[in-house]
Amino acid sequence: MGLLDYFRASRRNSAAVAKDRLQILIAHERAERNSPSYLPLLQNELLAVVRKYVHVDHDAISVSLEQSDNQEILELNIVLPENGQAEHAHQR
Amino acid sequence: MARTIVVTSGKGGVGKTTTSAAIAMGLARKGHRTVVIDFDVGLRNLDLVMGCERRVVYDLVNVIQGEANIRQALIRDKRCEELYVLPASQTRDKEALSKEGIGAILEQLSGDFEYIVCDSPAGIEKGATLAMYYADDAFVVTNPEVSSVRDSDRMLGILASKSRRAENNEEPIKEYLLLNRYSPKRVKVGEMLSVEDVQEILSMHLLGVIPESRSVLSSSNAGVPIILDEDSNAGQAYADVVARYLGEEVPHRFINDKKGLLGRLFGG
Repeated sequence: MGLLDYFRASRRNSAAVAKDRLQILIAHERAERNSPSYLPLLQNELLAVVRKYVHVDHDAISVSLEQSDNQEILELNIVLPENGQAEHAHQR
Repeated sequence: MARTIVVTSGKGGVGKTTTSAAIAMGLARKGHRTVVIDFDVGLRNLDLVMGCERRVVYDLVNVIQGEANIRQALIRDKRCEELYVLPASQTRDKEALSKEGIGAILEQLSGDFEYIVCDSPAGIEKGATLAMYYADDAFVVTNPEVSSVRDSDRMLGILASKSRRAENNEEPIKEYLLLNRYSPKRVKVGEMLSVEDVQEILSMHLLGVIPESRSVLSSSNAGVPIILDEDSNAGQAYADVVARYLGEEVPHRFINDKKGLLGRLFGG
């Protein structure tokens, strides 16, 4: 019986794993689907402005729109390089 | 004014055509004048599942292109006089379908029928988007399996944004989950997503669960919609689905593995 339980437990995992994977994936895909079409453009333009002053990589900036009950939050996240100020001075 | 139902899924092979044939026959047997339309241009198969493949003369594209009128193309079912089939064309030119053409056909049918069932092709290309464009209700056929669930969610996005109702800011298409090829036994041992799992992931109204059943293949072999096999679990489940859709209170069946030890040893 112990052996049977072992096999059952390992199988039980596969449906649970499927559920976890789907929940994460679908939440991500829905967020993407529901985000306004101007977001990528906004991200590019913001990046261009930031780059005028600080040298950052393309993936150092992220823009996301989160919706809660009755408000929308536009979140802008820019990761500045540690030596950003130095490079900035250098470029000037 | 007819109610237009699209049977859709995104993923192929999950049972759209089987479902279209079953619910169309179910609605017609309840006395509602129903037409079922095959939107899978180039790969028509509804005729085969309905058992009327040798009676096809004109098809959907012939009607759109004005080579035949709608009455010439409709095939009356021999088992149920309230049921008609409009077959897809075997032409390879998918561009033959147009939004205006389909709109005009549905408009014409709307006067004569109570329900118009649109059997969508797989994928998200023209045939699939046109099949759902004019829909009032969507039956989203899903298998308890990762790729099917994901594709169903994709279809929900398309239903919510690219339909006539969405474009005209009307009340959105009503979405119903139809979980197909369900195996309570496999769910019990954790091998398969449960109906609760799928409902939680997709957050949809559950219209019914169709159990995995050998009878589905035998029925399609014979060209008989599965709902006519009243002895089979799948046939009964589809009958429940139709009744529920029409507003009857019918408890869900075939969700739990009720067979005891003896049943498992001797049952199929």
